Amino acid sequence: MNLTLEIWRQPNAKAEGKFETYVVKDVSTESSFLEMLDILNNQLIHEGKEPVAFDHDCREGICGACSLRINGHAHGPESEVTTCQLHMRNFKDGDKIVIEPWRSRAFPVIKDLVVDRTAYETILQAGGFVSVNTGGVPDANAIPIAKDDAEESMDAAACIGCGACAATCKNGSAMLFVAARVSSLAKLPQGQVEGARRAKAMVAKMDELGFGNCTNTGACQAECPKGITINHIARLNREYLKAKFRS
Amino acid sequence: MSGSIFTSSIGKKMFMSISGCILILFLTFHMCMNLALIFSDSAYNAICGFLGANWYAVAATAALALVVLLHFGLAIVLTIQNRKARGTIRYRVTERENGVEWSSKNMLVLGFVVVIGLIVHLANFWLKMMYTELMGAHEVALGAATVAPTDGAAIVRFYFSQWYYAAIYIVWFVGLWFHLTHGVWSMMHSLGLNSKVWFKRMKCISTIVATLICGGFALVTIVLFLQGNGILPNPLF
Repeated sequence: MNLTLEIWRQPNAKAEGKFETYVVKDVSTESSFLEMLDILNNQLIHEGKEPVAFDHDCREGICGACSLRINGHAHGPESEVTTCQLHMRNFKDGDKIVIEPWRSRAFPVIKDLVVDRTAYETILQAGGFVSVNTGGVPDANAIPIAKDDAEESMDAAACIGCGACAATCKNGSAMLFVAARVSSLAKLPQGQVEGARRAKAMVAKMDELGFGNCTNTGACQAECPKGITINHIARLNREYLKAKFRS
Repeated sequence: MSGSIFTSSIGKKMFMSISGCILILFLTFHMCMNLALIFSDSAYNAICGFLGANWYAVAATAALALVVLLHFGLAIVLTIQNRKARGTIRYRVTERENGVEWSSKNMLVLGFVVVIGLIVHLANFWLKMMYTELMGAHEVALGAATVAPTDGAAIVRFYFSQWYYAAIYIVWFVGLWFHLTHGVWSMMHSLGLNSKVWFKRMKCISTIVATLICGGFALVTIVLFLQGNGILPNPLF
């Protein structure tokens, strides 16, 4: 298949960016979206041009490194799929594809389609963990956990921190990400011990880093490649307000 | 480390929810009061009597005005912060996300519709009723005629018999309906009172509450318009 790509090009964080149009020919429908970009870059290198910079790592849909806003959707038109797992069979021959980087004040563009997502890591460092003393691995069944709780915790733990939620949200809010982390740990006895401190610290850090306020539009859950729902945001609100009123 | 609840994002949403909840309770009361007009003008005027220039009615009106200001002021603050958080460059292509309600993305616009309607409404009724009474006047001009400011039913019937006022109010109720369909469940969600099981139920409750409130208001407007133009008998029963 032959495609016309409109790609955001920006040499560095400070430079002004603009859209450039490229044509890629003979792309296999079996190739992934990132492989299609590899083909384009190969072509650009042969032409002596600067290849397009984009983030990627595992290419298995689990690391959260890939991003891209493709034709107005985070991670492209297919639901619950990361860009690396999106295949060209979802497009038609002759399609025009507009590729943009995540747009959010907290995610500044570093180069072309690569954005700096350190803000998410900073939020995690504020409380998205369980403090444990190192030692022998405890018996997996030593603490009984109800099946439903374990399931719900795992649903939230599926978050890969890719940034699609904040990049999609009209408010540039990171609530779905923070909610996934807080909710996943709040559902487990190991996480509940530090639950109040975690909710307060992560929300404070999220606000401090310039993310917007959640207005419950639900756009984030529609675009999340891991299908995380805004029910977790309700739990985050509950955890946060409880923690605040108790302290 | 964790900042104040008054400045935090979730804290602001909590105040938005609580003020919204108070306004919904007020709307429910106001709608029920209006329904009295369908049955009896004197019953309606009796309720107006409780709410005239009495100290408790004036205090409640002032408190309500503060709640409206808080709700609206916070909406402006949140919108400014949210636009800033979005960054300076907008996406070239935007597609509608699956399952996202139109109203959820346009709450501020709908809020403006509600406030503009509120200004018309206050000029029509509050100025002619509570305010006139507070100023000590015993009659108020309605077109060529004059009535007592305590005769709420006559004032309502005067305005709702004119098609353009009836139309403005219906548009207002439609705007309010959209605002409430998102607002009711969103209020519960922001307070943390939602879950996987309750999510769909909350949205359903939201639509029911919005329809009951706005439908009740619209029903009274339509009945009074039809009575005012001789299409329906007055009294109805």
